This record gives sequence, C-alpha cells and structure tokens, in this order.
Amino acid sequence: MFAQMRLFPERASTMADRVDALFLFLLAVTGTMSILIALLVIWFAVRYRRGARGRYDPRLKGSILVETLWTVGPLLVFLVMFFWGASVYFRLYTSPEDATDIYVVGKQWMWKIQHPDGQREINELHVPVGQRIRLRMTSEDVIHSFFVPAFRTKHDVVPGRYSTLWFEPNRVGTYHLFCAEYCGTWHSRMIGSVVVMEPAQYQTWLDSHAEGSLALEGRKIFLKYRCLSCHNTSGTPHGPPLEELYGKLVLLEGGKRVTADEDYIRESILQPKAKVVAGFRPIMPTFQGQVSEEEVLKLIAYIRSLGRGETPPRVEETPPPIQEPAAESPGGPNP
Amino acid sequence: MSTAVAEPQARAPEPARAERNYLNVSFGVMSWLFTRDHKRIAILYLVSITLMFFVGGAFAVLIRLELMTPEGDLVQPETYNKLFSMHGIIMVWFFLIPSIPATIGNFVLPMMLGAKDLAFPRINLASWWLYILAALVMLWAVIHGGVDTGWTFYPPFSTDATRTEVNATVLSIFIAGFSSIFTAMNFIVTVHRMRAPGLTWFRLPLFVWSMYATSLILVLATPVLAITLVLLALERLFGVGIFDPKLGGDPVLFQHLFWFYSHPAVYVMILPGMGVVSEVISCFARKPVFGYKFVAFASLAIALFGFLVWGHHLFVAGESIYAALVFSFLSYLVAVPSAIKVFNWTATLYKGAVSYETPMLYGLGFIGLFTIGGLTGLFVAALGVDVHVTDTYFVVAHFHYIMVGGMVMGYMAALHYWWPKMSGRMYPEGWAKLAALIIFLGFNLTFFPQFVLGYLGMPRRYHAYAPEFQVLNVLSTAGASILGVGYILPLIYLLWSLKYAPAAGPNPWGATGLEWQTASPPPPHNFPETPVVTGPPYQYQLEEDARAD
Repeated sequence: MFAQMRLFPERASTMADRVDALFLFLLAVTGTMSILIALLVIWFAVRYRRGARGRYDPRLKGSILVETLWTVGPLLVFLVMFFWGASVYFRLYTSPEDATDIYVVGKQWMWKIQHPDGQREINELHVPVGQRIRLRMTSEDVIHSFFVPAFRTKHDVVPGRYSTLWFEPNRVGTYHLFCAEYCGTWHSRMIGSVVVMEPAQYQTWLDSHAEGSLALEGRKIFLKYRCLSCHNTSGTPHGPPLEELYGKLVLLEGGKRVTADEDYIRESILQPKAKVVAGFRPIMPTFQGQVSEEEVLKLIAYIRSLGRGETPPRVEETPPPIQEPAAESPGGPNP
Repeated sequence: MSTAVAEPQARAPEPARAERNYLNVSFGVMSWLFTRDHKRIAILYLVSITLMFFVGGAFAVLIRLELMTPEGDLVQPETYNKLFSMHGIIMVWFFLIPSIPATIGNFVLPMMLGAKDLAFPRINLASWWLYILAALVMLWAVIHGGVDTGWTFYPPFSTDATRTEVNATVLSIFIAGFSSIFTAMNFIVTVHRMRAPGLTWFRLPLFVWSMYATSLILVLATPVLAITLVLLALERLFGVGIFDPKLGGDPVLFQHLFWFYSHPAVYVMILPGMGVVSEVISCFARKPVFGYKFVAFASLAIALFGFLVWGHHLFVAGESIYAALVFSFLSYLVAVPSAIKVFNWTATLYKGAVSYETPMLYGLGFIGLFTIGGLTGLFVAALGVDVHVTDTYFVVAHFHYIMVGGMVMGYMAALHYWWPKMSGRMYPEGWAKLAALIIFLGFNLTFFPQFVLGYLGMPRRYHAYAPEFQVLNVLSTAGASILGVGYILPLIYLLWSLKYAPAAGPNPWGATGLEWQTASPPPPHNFPETPVVTGPPYQYQLEEDARAD
C-alpha cells in the first residue's frame, strides 16, 4: 500500500511541464498567503487576548488606504494567474496542424480506439513518443471524459459532436487513462492505459495489429449502405460528389458556406436535411440509428481519403435509398 | 485599567423563568406545526435540517468506508453511485441552502431589525411546509431505490440512461426551490420595510447584509433551476428533444442552465457563513468589524459577480475557448471581494480584546478553512490547471473546504453564538470547545489528502480506484470518522443543555445587536416595545468611555 504511494503525479507530455510550472506558481503564492493569514490570525488572537493590558483600541474602524491596497494587490496577482492560466489553456486546447489523428469512441463503459491504418484497440491507446497526436472523440451514449493525468489533459467526450484533444508524449511508459465524467454504474471501470512507445517499437506494434485501413473499412460501409447510388460521379448524380471534399468550403442552399470538417460530414450522414448543398434537393434519408459512431468515423476517413477520380464506378443497379420529401413533387434528378 | 474592556452591564442574574416567552406561550403539537412566530418556525427548520444533515452524513460515512480499499468491495457500484448522489442532493438542497438562512436567519433577522416578525409570517410557515413536503418526496424516492445521477443530473445520462427515481427526486428539488424563494422574498421585504426607527442601511449588522445578498441570489437564481428541472422532466416524460442529441437536443445546454443556478447557489452556501463570522469576530474581539462598508458591499459584489461565472464549470465540456477566457477572468474578479472579507476579519482582531469562547473558535476556524477553500479556487479558475484537476478529488476537496470548512463551521459558530438566545440556556463550554477542536482536526484530515489525490489524478465519483491512491484515501476515511464524532457531540450536549444547563440571561456575550437587548428566550413578539437605534453597529467601548456614557 505504501510502496506505490506518490505525492506528485508523473509527467509524460510536453504540456505536463507547463501545467506543473503554473501549478507550482499557484501553490507558492497561495501557500504564502495562507501561512501569512494563519500567522496573523494566531498572532493577533494571542497578542490582543482579553486582559492583555494597554493594547485595546475599539476606535479603529477601517482605513480607505488599507482597503484599497488589499483590493488592488490581490487583483494584480489574480491577473497574472489569469493570463498565465489562459496561455497554458490555449496551448492545451489548440491542436497543431501536423498532428496524427486517432479516433476515439466512448461508450458505457469502454474506450474504443481506431488508428488511421485501421488498428483497433479497446481501453488501450498505443502512441509513439515525440509525436503529436490528436484524438477525435465522440460518444455513443452519455457524456464521458478522456483523462490522462500524466499528460495533464482531459476533454469531455460528448454524444452528438466531435471533441478534440491533443498531446505530445515525451516519456516512454504506461500511464493511466480514466473516464473523468460520471457515466453510470461502471464509471470507475471505464479505465485503461496509454502506452507510450519508442517509434520503432510503435511501428512493430502497428504492423502486428494491421487490419484494413480506416478509409478502406469506410469504403466497405460506403458500398454497404449504397451511398454510391447518389454520391457518384456519373453525369447527373442525386447527391453531391464527395471527391476532394474534406476541408473545402461548401456552398449551401440559402447561400451560407460551411467547412466540410468531421462535424459537418457526421451531421450530413445523421441529419442530412440540416445543411443541404446548393443545387441539390433534400432527398437523402437519415442514417441515424443505422450506422454506429465507429462506422461514421470510418466513413469520414474514407471521404477524407477520396481524391479526384477515385470514386468507384457505379455498378449495382439496386434503387437508391432515396426518401422523397413529402412536400415536394416527385420527379427525376435535376436536369 | 484604562484599556480594560467594558463588560456588558446586561449580565442579569437568573431571569424569571416564568416570564412569557415564545416557548411557553402555548403548548401542544398544533401550536408548533401551525405557528406563525418566526422563532418557532426557525426551531422547526432547525430540527428538520439537523435530521437531514445526519441522513446525508450517514451516506458520507458509507462512501468513506467503501473508499478504504481500492477494490469496490463494500457495496455494489449501483449502490455507491446512489450514495454519493443522495449525499450531494440532501446536503445541498436539504441542509446547506436552508441551513443558516432558514434557521438562524429566521430566528435572529427580525430581532436584529427590531421587528416583531418577518413581513409575511404565513408565507414563512408555508416555506417550512414546502420543505417538509419536498423532504417527504425525497425520502419516498430514497426508499424506492434512490437516484444515481449525481446531484448534477447531467443528460443524456439522467434522461436516457439511468433507470433510477429521477422524476421523484427532481420533483422534490422543484418543491424545495419554492421553499427557498419564499424565505428569501420574506427576508428582502422585511429588510426593506421593517427596520426599527433609526436603523439605517449602514447601521445594519453585517449578518443582515449577508442575508440580504443571499436572498437576492435565491430569488433570482432558483427560478432558473426550476425551469431547468421542468425541461429535464419534459424530456424524460414526453421525449421532447431538449438535451439528448438523439432527440436533437444539446447536452451542454443543460450544463449552462444548471450552473446558471448552481454557481450562484454556491454563494448561497457561503455568504450566510460570512455574515455569522462578521458578527462573531466583532463580538469576541470587542471591536467593530474593520472596514464595515467594504464587507457589506463585498457581499453584494459576490452576489452580483456570482451570476456571471457559471461557465467555469464547463472549461473541459466543449465551450469555446474564448468563452472560457471570459469566465476565467470573471472568476478571478469574484475572488477579490472574498479576499477583502478575509483581510477585514483579520484586521478586526488587531488591537482587539480577544476571547476564545466556542463561537469564536469556530469563527477563527472558518477564516483558516475558508481561506484554503478560497485560495484553491484560484487553481480551478486558472484555465490551464483546471483542465487537469476538474472532475478529480481536487475539486471535491476545494468545495468541501468552502461548504463544510466554511459554511458548516459558520453554522456551528452561529448555533453556539445564538443558542443562549434561542434556548435561554448556556451550552457546556468545555464540551463545546472540545467538539470544535475535534471538528477542525477531523475536517482537515478528511479533506486535505484529497487535494493531493486530485492532483495525482484520482477522478471523483469512483467506486473503485488504482491501488497507489490507497494511503491518502485511508487518511481521509480516518479523518471522516473523527469528524463524525465531532458532529455527534454537539447533538448530545445541546440537547442536554435544554434541561440541565444554567440560564443564559439576555446578553451572555455582552454583544451589541438588538437581538441581545431582549430576554432569552425572547417574548412572542420579540421586544416589549420597539427599540430605537441611535448609532452604528458594533459600538464596543473602552471601560472609561462606557462609564462616561
């Protein structure tokens, strides 16, 4: 019980040093303040105890100068804390451009993780040391929170949206992964580990766990749900083509523009009528409840990977899963 | 000699016990259950919240016992989750929020104003009945299996996933909210309209200022909680998509609404304690509170800024980083008035004539523990550190330092300070000092290790945990058992004192407030004739000046 005890957590990411520095600064300032106030209270209480002669003066009622000093003084110290805290926060929550994406799905009560090359793991996350990793996270049910104490970072994993979290591990080892947002019966068992490996070992691990890449898996799902029936590159598709879509600005019906990022693509799969691309009719059915969050992630990976001319030719002749909008008159595709 | 403290001339010998007072004016259960006397209603509240405190405390005991070992071996996880949920719900809504306002405030606020009663005695009684109704619904929910959502009811867990008694619990909190609103509205009207002749705003005791600020928060924030709970119920009962993304809702919206009430409510759980400490420190240091106006306005500033910081509960929930920036900044601003108060209390001791009766021990303990609680608030307000410590035991320790180290210490100070007034009897000083010491030590041993646990990364609401956290958890549990003894002692000796302790007299502390100018226990209408106020509060004097008067 005592052997494993620690008083300060281990540090394993570039941000951990920055968070600890701020923490120790706060500890020094507030520690000094607490001791100072405690000493003053004890000193006054003893020195000015009742019966001590010649010291009592109840006429002392206040002083504007003193009040101003101890209003402005703390405020200035607080401002330093605020700016320092904000700068660390911006670094913690602004992910660098060159980070590698790994996808995380939380569900009661496990973490499901998918690497870009398709490696999948549960409650374990293998990452290489010295490389920036960005997690794209969502939940299948309730709110969870992805928390790695050794990296000094966490972010809630909220259903219905993607949250991002990034870190750069700088120490090889195995570290705790906790769910930090209460999520029901086995909340305390929604734990795992983050394994930080030397890049060479990480490559070996990747190779030994290789499956089809996420994009390849996504292609299968794309075909399985017959998305191709509309999203193809034949002359007059029912739906907008998806080649080179990711990251671009999309013009919507009504003139608004939106960036085709993860959240937009996810929404377009689950609630297709929310944002309709200009020039197309709202005929796509929702896939809410049909595709799992993991499948959505794979579809996004596939769409991300789709370059010019890479849409497969439309071969099967089954009718597309079009849901005719009730209000509109039935008819063929736009001429 | 010249600097000797003026002892109160009012230390009467034995008061004639046969005098008509609020306790012996009528007898029988009905004379209590349907009383309109603010003092009797205060006693009704005192009995009820004491009961709820020990129910909530029993849940805490089971939580700490479970956490003695890393494995979840004492109770099932479902049970553990219900234990911490019920502990939080009962302690927040059925103890902390009504604690000082509904008991001590109800009893002394009208007397401090020189009034016969609160402005609306019937509404005051209705407030207690609503509290009892809410408590009964809550107990019904507990008996039917309780609730496992935490006191925060975050959806979609609370609307979609849980299979426990959320509907009844939410209904109970909804009702309890009206009880708070009734009391708060009553206090606001009473302070505005029923002050004695000559009692101007800046002659009010600081306890009245803090009650006033508390009441403003309760009146303005509680309706938002009520609305939020209604929305939650609509989603649960009729599938209206408000919070659950599967129904097209937004779960983070709930967090905004919930904390728009619950962060101001945190100040409801500390401002009254601050008011008590101002009274107690001044009385036992025999000096006016240093910087009276600054302390008074600090209460209002806390009430105002308290409404603008709710977003600091959402730093990792997905709010925009720019919103987080604003909320962090405002959180630092709200810390300034709290700091002002601590400095002013400390300065009040300077050149005082300090004595160490039990209320003062609790008052000094409050300064120490509230300071730690407040200063650790600076850690969680710092965005970069909050990401690491939020949802860990660091936060658990932080708010227990405020709510138990602060509010409960303040409540104990108030209970001992005004006990002679309420009961007409002195409590046994020796036992009371011992209990205060036990509570102070037990509290620190319980909650200080949790700061360390939190920074190490132990998440809150964990039924089982990693073995390296065990030593600190064992320390915490040991502290909790000491704390438990500390809380049971006053229950015993205060009850004992009702029958066996010596009579207190009207003003055992030689204090200056109007409530000390009438008999203990007070007559049914508080004062034989309405007092007239001619000067500021806390006019403690040198002996020579007192003689000259």
